[in-house]
Amino acid sequence: MDIKVRVWRQTDPDTAGKMVTYGVKDISPDASFLEMLDVLNESLILDGDDPIAFDHDCREGICGACSMVIDGVAHGPEKATTTCQLHMRHFSDGDVIDVEPWRAAAFPVIKDLVVDRSAFDHIIASGGYITAPTGAAPEAHATPVPKADADLAFEAATCIGCGACVAACPNGSAMLFTAAKVAHLGLMPQGQPERDTRVIDMLQAQDDAGFGGCTNMGECSQVCPKGIPLTLIGRLNADYRKAVRKKI
Amino acid sequence: MGDFWNDGDPIADTAAPEGPIETRWERRQFSAKLVNPANRRKLTVIVVGTGLAGGSAAATLAEAGYHVKSYCYQDSPRRAHSIAAQGGINAAKNYRNDGDSIYRLFYDTVKGGDFRARESNVYRLATVSVNIIDQCVAQGVPFAREYGGLLDNRSFGGTQVSRTFYARGQTGQQLLLGAYQAMERQIGLGNIEMNARHEMLELIVVDGKARGIVVRDMVTGEITTEMADAVVLASGGYGNVFFLSTNAKGCNVTASWRAHRKGALFANPCYTQIHPTCIPESGTHQSKLTLMSESLRNDGRVWVPKSSSDSQKPAADIPEADRDYYLERIYPSFGNLVPRDIASRAAKNVCDEGRGVGPGGLGVYLDFADAIKRLGKKAVEAKYGNLFEMYQRITGEDPYEVPMRIYPAVHYTMGGLWVDYDLQSTIPGLFVVGEANFSDHGANRLGASALMQGLGDGYFVLPTTLGNYLANGPYEKISEDHEEVVAARAEVENRIKRLLEIDGDRTVDSFHRELGHIMWEYCGMERTEEGLTKAIGLIRSLRDEFWLRVKVPGTGEQLNQNLEKAGRVADFFELAELMCIDALHRRESCGGHFRGESQTPDGEALRHDDEFSYVAAWEYATGDSGKPTLHKEQLEFEYVHPSTRSYK
Repeated sequence: MDIKVRVWRQTDPDTAGKMVTYGVKDISPDASFLEMLDVLNESLILDGDDPIAFDHDCREGICGACSMVIDGVAHGPEKATTTCQLHMRHFSDGDVIDVEPWRAAAFPVIKDLVVDRSAFDHIIASGGYITAPTGAAPEAHATPVPKADADLAFEAATCIGCGACVAACPNGSAMLFTAAKVAHLGLMPQGQPERDTRVIDMLQAQDDAGFGGCTNMGECSQVCPKGIPLTLIGRLNADYRKAVRKKI
Repeated sequence: MGDFWNDGDPIADTAAPEGPIETRWERRQFSAKLVNPANRRKLTVIVVGTGLAGGSAAATLAEAGYHVKSYCYQDSPRRAHSIAAQGGINAAKNYRNDGDSIYRLFYDTVKGGDFRARESNVYRLATVSVNIIDQCVAQGVPFAREYGGLLDNRSFGGTQVSRTFYARGQTGQQLLLGAYQAMERQIGLGNIEMNARHEMLELIVVDGKARGIVVRDMVTGEITTEMADAVVLASGGYGNVFFLSTNAKGCNVTASWRAHRKGALFANPCYTQIHPTCIPESGTHQSKLTLMSESLRNDGRVWVPKSSSDSQKPAADIPEADRDYYLERIYPSFGNLVPRDIASRAAKNVCDEGRGVGPGGLGVYLDFADAIKRLGKKAVEAKYGNLFEMYQRITGEDPYEVPMRIYPAVHYTMGGLWVDYDLQSTIPGLFVVGEANFSDHGANRLGASALMQGLGDGYFVLPTTLGNYLANGPYEKISEDHEEVVAARAEVENRIKRLLEIDGDRTVDSFHRELGHIMWEYCGMERTEEGLTKAIGLIRSLRDEFWLRVKVPGTGEQLNQNLEKAGRVADFFELAELMCIDALHRRESCGGHFRGESQTPDGEALRHDDEFSYVAAWEYATGDSGKPTLHKEQLEFEYVHPSTRSYK
């Protein structure tokens, strides 16, 4: 199939970017979206142009590196699908497809479609863990975990940290990302001792990193490739209220 | 010997204590010297890579009080490729009361490795396996649990006990996030200096000891020299030498290869694991291959048409009588559940006969029709729903209606930098952990053992053995003006300059793809003397062409993904040649290495223990001959006596 892509080109963080249109011919419907961009890049290189920079790595939907807003939707039109798992068969011959980077104050553009998501790491560093120095662990079966809690904790823990939630949020909020980690750790008995400080510190770090506030729009959960449910934000808010009350 | 390599002196592991294997690790822990806690913060350790091995090592060393500098090429340490491991992690907990023990896990791993692993290391791995599970549970890793709240287990290929712990099909992700979170805690506390989007491009060796690395900031292009008291490589495997593999696109051998060029021996490079259940290529645009969990073979039946004339017909048009369920036919007792290497080679054989299905004839059917008839669609969906969905997403075909198509793909590399029992390479002060070393899997790795090894090395082994090395110091501070440091930096700058200046007419990917074809064809599932010799010639001429014709756009002072790739592919060329030489010299079949000339009358792998019961540790080809030098580490099997695997 033959298509056109309008891609955000920006040489570096300080230079203004713009949308540039490229034609891509003879693309197999079985190619992935990133493979389509690979093909385009090969021809750009041979033509002496600068190839399009984009983040990608595992190309199987789990590392969370790929990050493109496709036709206005983070990760594109397919539900619960990362960009790398989106295939060209979902587009039609002759389509013009817009491709943009994640856009959020806390995710500055580095080049083209590559953004800086280190703010997510800072949120985790502020409290997104259970303190368990190596060697100090008790026998694994010493603390049983009810299956329902373990299963829900797992659902929350499947977050791949891609940042689509932030890109989709009109406020540029990281609330779903933070809520998923707060829920995962807060559901495990091992996570109880730090439960209050964790939620307070992580929200503070989120604010400090320049993410916007949450107004329950729900766009985040709609684009999440792992289907992290919006209800986890309610859980975070409840945890937060409890923690703040205790602190007072 | 002969045309391709020189024979060198034997080497030996002198770090493992003698005596009963059960207490070797305990005795090594006791004999290891300790660093006074107050002195640890004055010591700097560099860790390259943030997967299970590097992440767990960095976190643990920082907790112990060392100053850690960590590097990864990804934009966050959480994205290292350990994240993609699906199946699970083995541990000898014996929670099933099914007769498991540390000794049994040790035995299974030595046997599964086709008697080409070092017994001392494997026993220690089995020993620490139980601590790994405790550690991960304490971190809050959400393992699968039963209704009573206790941990669930499942069984995996090559064993008869249930010892695999798992978190649905995302065990690697959950374990890595545990290590990553422990790391982030140390980053927050200021004990780890994290450098994401940084790539190691050279090892700095001063007075024979590893003292630092040269790195490139992948965003600004700035080259810096980073000094330390010791260097740890946790930079993963080299499966991407085949271009198409289940590895992430960025996985590369550069960190290991640069260390090899500086004197670290590279062991058993030809041992690669080819996984039988991957989604086949769909066309020339293909950029990577996706693994489907091996568990599918529990209920799916593998077949191809009996006649090659039927191979391009729709599966539904091929009547039962014209189908060849070849695994069930050749291996009646194990059937579709034969080990990975055997299933892979059988698929290749039927495709070589022209009976392969799908585009290009490179695929075999994995058919669930019988399972759906027997168990019902609902039950099949409950078991494999997420895998069926993934398959449909990628291929656009519905496996409930038409059989899946699968084909083997490169998945894991057992070879790597040679290390002793302390995980120290032949360069003092350079330690290698995880897939990057050669240590524990012999010629074939069992399922769910890679995660175990990565975490075992990083959480438990390295902190003891590295401490011992540091306690033998102090090592004098090295200035960035030292001639070795300046020289290493200049090497990196010159290589980048050279790559950019060629300005030819072929892209990096086109070379990489062609190299991958050569490797897959001649150094893949079946190797022969003729094919390997040919491959070495092809690789050499392609490498010469690369240095004349490659086109790397842009400059070195910016984010330049093609420059990154070009440097990695240049190293893959050198590695590829060594892999072929290693495969050529090993005139036996063992584990993932199958030599066409060494098979039983019915086509099974034939080992030659009398000649090849050793680790092949290669010294980089320096000097006039341009040939690598082979150093043999003889393997002694005091506990598990070599026998022939049989799955018929």
